[in-house]
Amino acid sequence: MTSPQTPDNARRKFIAAAGAGVAGLGFTAIAPGLHLMAVGEANAAPTPRKAGEPANPAVRWGLLIDANKCAPGCTKCIDACHTENGVSANLPDPRQNSQWIRKIELVDRRPGKTRGHVTQLPMMCQHCAEPPCVDVCPTGASMKRADGIVLVDRHTCIGCRYCMMACPYKARSFVHAPLNDQNPEVPRGKGCVESCTLCVHRIDKGQQPACVESCPEGAMTFGDLNDADSAIAKRIASVPTTQVRADLRLNPGVRYEGL
Amino acid sequence: MFTPKPRQEENLFYLLAAIGGLVSAIGLAAALYMEHEGHVVTGMNNQIVWGLPHVVAIFLIVAASGVLNVASMGSVFGRVLYKSRAPLSGLLGIAMLSGGLAIIMLDLGRADRIIVAMTHFNPTSVFGWNVILYPVFYAFVGIYLWTMMERRMNPYSKVAGLATFIWRIILTTGTGSIFAFLVARQAYGSALLAPMFIIMSFSWGLAVFIVVQATMYAWNGMQLPPLILQRMKNLLATLVAAVLYFTAVLHLVSAYFAKQTAFEYFILVDSEFSGMFWIGQVLIGSLLPLTLLFHPATRAKVAWINLAAALVIVGAFFQLYVFIIGGQAFPLEMFPGYDIKSSFFDGTVDHYSARLPEILLALGGVAIAFTMTTIGVRALHFLPQDDIAELEAAIRITD
Amino acid sequence: MNKREAIFSAFPLCLCVSVVRFVPFALALLAVSPAPTFAGDGTRTDKPVIEIAKPGKCIAPAEEMRRNHMDMLKHQRDRTLRLGIRGEPVTLNGCIECHASQKTGSVLGEGNFCQSCHAYAAVKLDCFECHQPKAGFKATGVKP
Repeated sequence: MTSPQTPDNARRKFIAAAGAGVAGLGFTAIAPGLHLMAVGEANAAPTPRKAGEPANPAVRWGLLIDANKCAPGCTKCIDACHTENGVSANLPDPRQNSQWIRKIELVDRRPGKTRGHVTQLPMMCQHCAEPPCVDVCPTGASMKRADGIVLVDRHTCIGCRYCMMACPYKARSFVHAPLNDQNPEVPRGKGCVESCTLCVHRIDKGQQPACVESCPEGAMTFGDLNDADSAIAKRIASVPTTQVRADLRLNPGVRYEGL
Repeated sequence: MFTPKPRQEENLFYLLAAIGGLVSAIGLAAALYMEHEGHVVTGMNNQIVWGLPHVVAIFLIVAASGVLNVASMGSVFGRVLYKSRAPLSGLLGIAMLSGGLAIIMLDLGRADRIIVAMTHFNPTSVFGWNVILYPVFYAFVGIYLWTMMERRMNPYSKVAGLATFIWRIILTTGTGSIFAFLVARQAYGSALLAPMFIIMSFSWGLAVFIVVQATMYAWNGMQLPPLILQRMKNLLATLVAAVLYFTAVLHLVSAYFAKQTAFEYFILVDSEFSGMFWIGQVLIGSLLPLTLLFHPATRAKVAWINLAAALVIVGAFFQLYVFIIGGQAFPLEMFPGYDIKSSFFDGTVDHYSARLPEILLALGGVAIAFTMTTIGVRALHFLPQDDIAELEAAIRITD
Repeated sequence: MNKREAIFSAFPLCLCVSVVRFVPFALALLAVSPAPTFAGDGTRTDKPVIEIAKPGKCIAPAEEMRRNHMDMLKHQRDRTLRLGIRGEPVTLNGCIECHASQKTGSVLGEGNFCQSCHAYAAVKLDCFECHQPKAGFKATGVKP
């Protein structure tokens, strides 16, 4: 449950083989999709990556969120995220606005001592190791970077929204109207799907995601799940943590504590 | 029934073609407007990401492959009755698929990038498979039509028919699998969906065929031989019952799974969709047509059988609406055992109401299918020519 | 990139693609035919006057930039987004920093760097559907 390694890829391989089969019926040849370059390298410290160096496949970036520390009514992480990424919410129908991160309030309804207990937590893209959004994307625009960050390549996103149908976390938003207030480092635009990038532009500079940095309670820990010496891996090894929708075995990179 | 005179007939044809073309053009304009303003002008949102355009498009695509079954019955299974109907069924297949695909493609957030869907292929995506399935379907049906309509190619029509039949089964499996491969939402993610979509396509395709055939016969002042109608009606009844059976199994199994009971309660009992399910899908789309097809007072009358086929089509729209919109309106269950709420409407049932641009786009797709059929039927020989003596002989043998 | 291209070239689908790809060209031909280039007294349309806010040395000679900037940007975008390579000499933000107009701060708008030339060449400019066209723009976002 708490193992940070990527589990078997059987499901993905099966679907790929089935897809190749379908393709093979109509066409002669098919090859697997793009594979990211594997650069064997030792542990990456959270230092800025050198120019010209690709994302390190030995690293898997992740978040550990302590729901016990998350304060009711506090929206600092959301504000920080939306400022950093230029996410605006000005459409008349609020259901059409993008939300990269949101605060969820949970009331325990299970019988027992904890019944009625209220929990807060921020919810965002869970950066799965086996992301359904990547599996279903017809063009391969939905992708997982070598270091485990799930992104949308807006250059090839056609806006079909199949990934939104496939995501069990409601993590993705569709940009419903033209934009002009983007952060130069965070391009986003009408007609494409988007979600939390784990502040990939900050991580690559050696900074932490904006939400993590902004949390006054220190409820969020960011780090390399694959590095046994990192604070996040140590914490996951020592306290019980939860993966949301663990039954789906997507192996999310975002884990919760205190649920 | 109304039969136009030759002079009137010509004018009426141009009028119908013009109306079809106009509605198609309005649909296209609506798509351009959506493309320019963004999907903010539609009723779709981040919870209900696929709306009315998808309901109509999926109906057209599913029925397009189903309507081809009339041809397959003739070419593959050697039924004389259906053989003379094969060209019309091929035309309808191409026309409806075109309408459906036009809607899907024009609804994309970046419809201008449709080329990307062809240059970038992801083998794990069922949508990606469909990008291959559809063009090949066109090619197969095109070749099949050619082998049927060009006398010298006739000997090959059986092979072409078989290939088309196999491909259409794969194609509908692909359409059903779009939903079957979704793990996130309770309404989908069932292996049953692929075969169920095939049965649905048989039923809806045949219903569309019966309605179009009836219109064509009336247009030409002809009477469909009762023998033929009788056969088609029996087949339609069997298929409608089969769809109802699949629906029952799907919901029964789902209702048994503890994690699905809340969703089943929502769809079947307590939501705007339960009325559509029971009245639209079950009553209007299944029970009423079955009664009309079997009741002694109605089962032998052309008008009633055509009405039954029309009701099956109406029921199909209800079924897809409940399946697609209802399936998305129910909130994602991320934390079982907890009440959940957020600024992103987690834990809340969503309500979808289609707005004008998407309604026009959906109608435009139907109009494309209609216009292609109208022009095709008029320009080429698609009216079934039956040799009644041969037919009766064939039926005596097969029975 | 190479693998992707390999798939592509192996695909008989490219046949369909080339047919479809022809459509924009055909349409462009239609659109261009009454263009001012061939209209009126037969003189060419004036070349666009491009204001360069920060004159100086570009990453490559102007001739090469004019011809190849789209390919440079396209390869860079795939390397940066898909592989995570940062700090490349070619960056769209780099273009914008030097070439944005001093008046409006943008590379878009009439007479400004990107738009004026693309308008002249009648080439669709798709970058700024998503990318910020203004230099030094600070995003603020709004509370949901």
